[in-house]
Amino acid sequence: MKQKIRGKPLVYLDNAATSQKPQIVLDTLLRYYTAQNSNVHRGVHFLSEQATKEYEDARNKVRRFINAAEEREIVFVRGTTEAINLVADSYGRQNVRAGDEVVISAMEHHSNIVPWQMLCQEKGAVLRVVPINDAGELLLEEYERLLTPKTRLVAMAHVSNALGSINPVRRIVELAHRQNIPVLIDGAQAVPHARVDVRDLNCDFYAFSGHKVFGPTGIGVLYGKATRLEAMPPYQGGGDMISSVTFEKTTYNKIPYKFEAGTPNIAGVIGLGSAIDYLTSIRLDAASAHENELLEYATNAISQISGIRLVGTAREKSAIVSFVVDGLHPHDIGTILDQEGIAVRTGHHCAQPVMDRFGVPATVRASLALYNTREDIDALVSGLRKVSEVFG
Amino acid sequence: MSDLRDLYQQVILDHTKRPRNFRKLEKANHKAEGYNPLCGDKVTIYLELEDGILRDISFQGSGCAISTASASMMTESLKGKTTTEAQALFECFHDLVTGKPGSGRDAPDLGKLAVFTGVREFPVRVKCASLAWHTLRAALEDHQEAVSTE
Repeated sequence: MKQKIRGKPLVYLDNAATSQKPQIVLDTLLRYYTAQNSNVHRGVHFLSEQATKEYEDARNKVRRFINAAEEREIVFVRGTTEAINLVADSYGRQNVRAGDEVVISAMEHHSNIVPWQMLCQEKGAVLRVVPINDAGELLLEEYERLLTPKTRLVAMAHVSNALGSINPVRRIVELAHRQNIPVLIDGAQAVPHARVDVRDLNCDFYAFSGHKVFGPTGIGVLYGKATRLEAMPPYQGGGDMISSVTFEKTTYNKIPYKFEAGTPNIAGVIGLGSAIDYLTSIRLDAASAHENELLEYATNAISQISGIRLVGTAREKSAIVSFVVDGLHPHDIGTILDQEGIAVRTGHHCAQPVMDRFGVPATVRASLALYNTREDIDALVSGLRKVSEVFG
Repeated sequence: MSDLRDLYQQVILDHTKRPRNFRKLEKANHKAEGYNPLCGDKVTIYLELEDGILRDISFQGSGCAISTASASMMTESLKGKTTTEAQALFECFHDLVTGKPGSGRDAPDLGKLAVFTGVREFPVRVKCASLAWHTLRAALEDHQEAVSTE
């Protein structure tokens, strides 16, 4: 964070893409590879025992962090994308048949659209999409109408990555459960910003990525209710997911190991554990309050610049300001801001249907994290003024 | 700012604000669509080709300043050229924006297109500058599928 970009201090406002890593996470990774490196769940030797312990300790840290009932409900995967694919591939292929329906929303990231599209295509099922209003809020009445006896699963974002809208997850789950429909929540953009309690939400599955919550890349979490996970077939076959193998028959391991085939991302898991330690130590509630204050400051400052239109103005919003500027393409804005050392995301944010909904090809997105400051926002605003100078 | 001024030269900004030949070509006998999934830029190139000569050329679409100006200036520089000349210019332009050694401002045959030299300092923007050209090539070869920069 201290480095200079093109001679200017770095202003990092691309946290929805990935967060920067605290020193404690980097130290943990180095320590693991330097002093503890070995495989888990196998060796009887000292290092393997130690690595296994740290790996399983991290699982418990995740459990506590999202308030899951049991450790075995925490499955380590590569990221949110893999978590959703796991559910689509395992639960989906087992339960979705021709003519059935899967319900998603119009604000989903491609990773919560495409796996369901693939599943529906394979099974001859239908993907139903809950519309959103002009502010980028989910239309709950429409959602209720789409829940029918044909619905096999609801998959929805907790927080939209392109708009910042926070969905009323508890209500979404409640309405689906009235008809015994399970719900998967894509929490990639929620977990870094506010306390998530999966038992309070009562969702069946919850997915998030380590690298967006200050942990390493390549590690993520699928939470699943034990009863759900137990009833599901394995996702991938290999080592560690079995309890016995002969050429005639294989008995699968119990959960969560049934879903963790092969040598896992041990360093990633331990690193994620230390990111959670970090979040716990600084108190996520205090960080949330700081971010909300900053979001308000940024929203006010940016909307005062002439020619700017905010995309996504939901009443319940998380740390994302997405916008377009009259007559200017986001890509040009991104290049000019980059010259000022300001990192924002420009493009469709892997949510092309959202862009279509708002009639724009792309937006500029500034996304905040707990380490951002008012000075960062001021730098963005003066960067945006420079954009008008260049194109003046 | 000097790099930025090199990228967004006045002539580029002028073509962005008032793109030339920005229309559908009714008499077009060749056409292709190009798409840059990274930033959502879309362009359609229309050609009226007769005896190997580009009698007329136009474009439509939406994109960033660089891709719009590039398409606009491309149509201006290609009108009346033969397909062989167009292909040669494609190569020249491509070398220019990707910063191939030996290409540059002194490239005599590029004319006004030399203003795109600044793009080479911005590797992620090369695709913006070359989208229209890739689409042109597809139109010349009558590709049915949309061209993608990815």
